[in-house]
Amino acid sequence: MSDVSVETGTYEAKMGDYFALLKPRVMSLVIFTALVGMLVAPVPVHPFVGFVAILCIAVGAGASGALNMWWDADIDAKMKRTVGRPIPSGRVQPGEALGIGLALSGFSVVLLALATNFFAAGLLAFTIFFYAVIYSMWLKRSTPQNIVIGGAAGAFPPMVGWAVATGGASIESVLMFALIFMWTPPHFWSLALFVKTDYGDAGVPMLNVTHGTRSTRNHILVYTFLLAPVAIGLGFTSIGGPIYLATAVVMNAWFLKGAYKVWKRDDADAEADKFKAERAVFKTSLYYLFAHFVALLVEGILRTTGAGGVA
Amino acid sequence: MTIKVEHELHERRKGRNVGLGLILVAFIGIVFGLTVVKVTQLGEAQQFERFDHVARPQIIPAEDGGSN
Repeated sequence: MSDVSVETGTYEAKMGDYFALLKPRVMSLVIFTALVGMLVAPVPVHPFVGFVAILCIAVGAGASGALNMWWDADIDAKMKRTVGRPIPSGRVQPGEALGIGLALSGFSVVLLALATNFFAAGLLAFTIFFYAVIYSMWLKRSTPQNIVIGGAAGAFPPMVGWAVATGGASIESVLMFALIFMWTPPHFWSLALFVKTDYGDAGVPMLNVTHGTRSTRNHILVYTFLLAPVAIGLGFTSIGGPIYLATAVVMNAWFLKGAYKVWKRDDADAEADKFKAERAVFKTSLYYLFAHFVALLVEGILRTTGAGGVA
Repeated sequence: MTIKVEHELHERRKGRNVGLGLILVAFIGIVFGLTVVKVTQLGEAQQFERFDHVARPQIIPAEDGGSN
């Protein structure tokens, strides 16, 4: 007789399996943009408080990832890309993911409120709610515009970082939000054009499946056009400056050129050169976002050291 | 039945238990660190002492009837 009634021989979830629920790769982007949002704000934050704030934002993002994996376990099991995730592979039970997601959501929001302010904590709570409920539970399976509205969840972190420092929102933080919000659709749709996904089998409406690749190419061009004034406009606020403006002009011209090239082509052209232009514009989109936020950071450092800034 | 201190379960869950232990230690460090930062940011220590809800004549200025 065993003195503990636990099944033996079954897989025991490791710490790494629980960590995988938090979507660490997505978390790295969240940490980077939230950190920039916090550092470019005009109010200095104590380094330790700043560290705890970024940790809370990262844990909050991870918590929403766990809730997403709990809700989407059925479709994750149907797609090659996601079938190895902790729940569909049987390493973590759905209830565990739900428990971890809810607990970490509460933990991150409460600790952020205690460490910084209620506005930042409220915004983090809304971000988690938006990703888990509005995107995962509602939009993802019901509209091909899921990426557009769902992208807002990924756009909130710099706003939360800004709120940590200032206790509020302003044109600068709203434009940082808008930059990521408008960037997400062309970034994701360019990927969707060359990666063979099985979203269709899983019942998730993706634009290139529901409306075809012609419509997707049109959407990429329109969103890249709409993105440019947002990105360049940010350069004329208090957190912008000559370095940011130069970066924004160059990167937007590069992104637009790529989007135009993708728009001009059709599937036959794309297949002939193995989606060269589509792959290139996706790669550009990665550099695009990184370059904008690094430029904002550089402007922030120059302002702090009293070495630059025109606005 | 003898009491077994070590169960096979302990070995299987060792990684998780150590991980959870480290997370708890980190949490204590965070709360301690935040406390130190918040208290030191209060500036004058007397401001902090006023929060103890006990009459402290030594921190009330003399002109208000205190001993300070």
